[in-house]
Amino acid sequence: MEHLLNIFIKSIFVENVIFAFFLGMCSFLAVSKKVKTAFGLGVAVIFVMVLTTPLNYLILNYLLNKGSLAWISPALADVDLTFLAFILFISTIAGAVQLVEMVVEKFTPALYNALGIFLPLITVNCSILGASLFMQEREYGFSETLVFSIGSGIGFALAIVLLAAIRERLRYSNIPAPLQGLGIAMIITGLMGMAFLSFSGIQL
Amino acid sequence: MSTTDSTVQTAPKPKSEPLFSKKNLRTLRDPLDDNNPITVQVLGICSALAVTVQVKPAIIMALGVTFVTAFSNLIVSMVRNSIPTRVRIIVQLIIVALLVTIVDQMLKAFMFDVSKKLSVFVGLIITNCIVMGRLEAFAMAQKPWRSFLDGIGNGLGYGIILVVVAVIRELFGAGKILGFQIIPQWFYDHGYVNNGLMVLPPAALFIIGLYIWWQRARNIKLINVS
Repeated sequence: MEHLLNIFIKSIFVENVIFAFFLGMCSFLAVSKKVKTAFGLGVAVIFVMVLTTPLNYLILNYLLNKGSLAWISPALADVDLTFLAFILFISTIAGAVQLVEMVVEKFTPALYNALGIFLPLITVNCSILGASLFMQEREYGFSETLVFSIGSGIGFALAIVLLAAIRERLRYSNIPAPLQGLGIAMIITGLMGMAFLSFSGIQL
Repeated sequence: MSTTDSTVQTAPKPKSEPLFSKKNLRTLRDPLDDNNPITVQVLGICSALAVTVQVKPAIIMALGVTFVTAFSNLIVSMVRNSIPTRVRIIVQLIIVALLVTIVDQMLKAFMFDVSKKLSVFVGLIITNCIVMGRLEAFAMAQKPWRSFLDGIGNGLGYGIILVVVAVIRELFGAGKILGFQIIPQWFYDHGYVNNGLMVLPPAALFIIGLYIWWQRARNIKLINVS
């Protein structure tokens, strides 16, 4: 239990997807002009990440890894399909996002209007695929994968809401014209990253 | 993110045009500076920052991305008229994933140490916004050869930023470039210390932020692009 809590805290603060690995920077910079929309994207990312990462875990461990096909027939015990991981992961994510979009539209129109435009964007959000690839590289178990995906999603949402809040205030400050917009957003993200570095070394 | 591009709206090219006509050369050259995918179009920042601690992985990464953008642009442009609009994203993703798998397997076979260092970022070329952005904004509307050039141009434009950032970070963070000691021992003897911030993630953001500042100050047209 402590181990899982450790992964959870670590994925939110110490190894934040944005500040430690720069995953999902594109939408992070593009959709962080207002707190409200940033919050919408954050919730959508948590949602999709918690759905797809465990799904990819199952695909990886019951279809792709060496020996994982043994449940079909013992003759397949030697087959190693991990080179198909990229294609299957991204197909899962694209399919899941499409499915989620349809389900949400049908059953909770209010949530759909809130998330609306962000859902399709999420397919190509690096942090979603990144979470699946980290899960593969670090060889997490199922419960670890679940906790890790929740933590990473919350970490992304936290980062984007914080940046949006800072950028809302920044609108009234006098920044040199060439640095406005993208330039200053980069530097602020760097400063926030330095602040998040102070979490490193936390162990439960 | 701004995926609009001035070259998209140009008229279809006349039938007999030399392979390297002026327009085609511009397609190749523009992304290197004035229409750079990272600093102007704001695409593909995700992986640009993470692999720049050392120069060697940055160069390998840049070559991998160039390969993927060039060939995915080429393939998508060749089949663009037979892709149904509703499922085009998935079709594009599959083509890109296929190319990335090739790159990944090549790296694992011939350069295992670099492949370990790049870890998940090779796989993340799939969701690198440059690839998707150029497919949507350029390859879906242009002929194969121009799309191919556009892919190479954008891949190299991405590579330039990557290498610039990596050179700065490796030089000041470790005193080396490509593993060779650049800053002489004499400096260290007299109290010079490597800058520890440079090897940490935030340094990449600062360097790119300052690069954008410099680029826009030099070229006023780029202000308010994004």
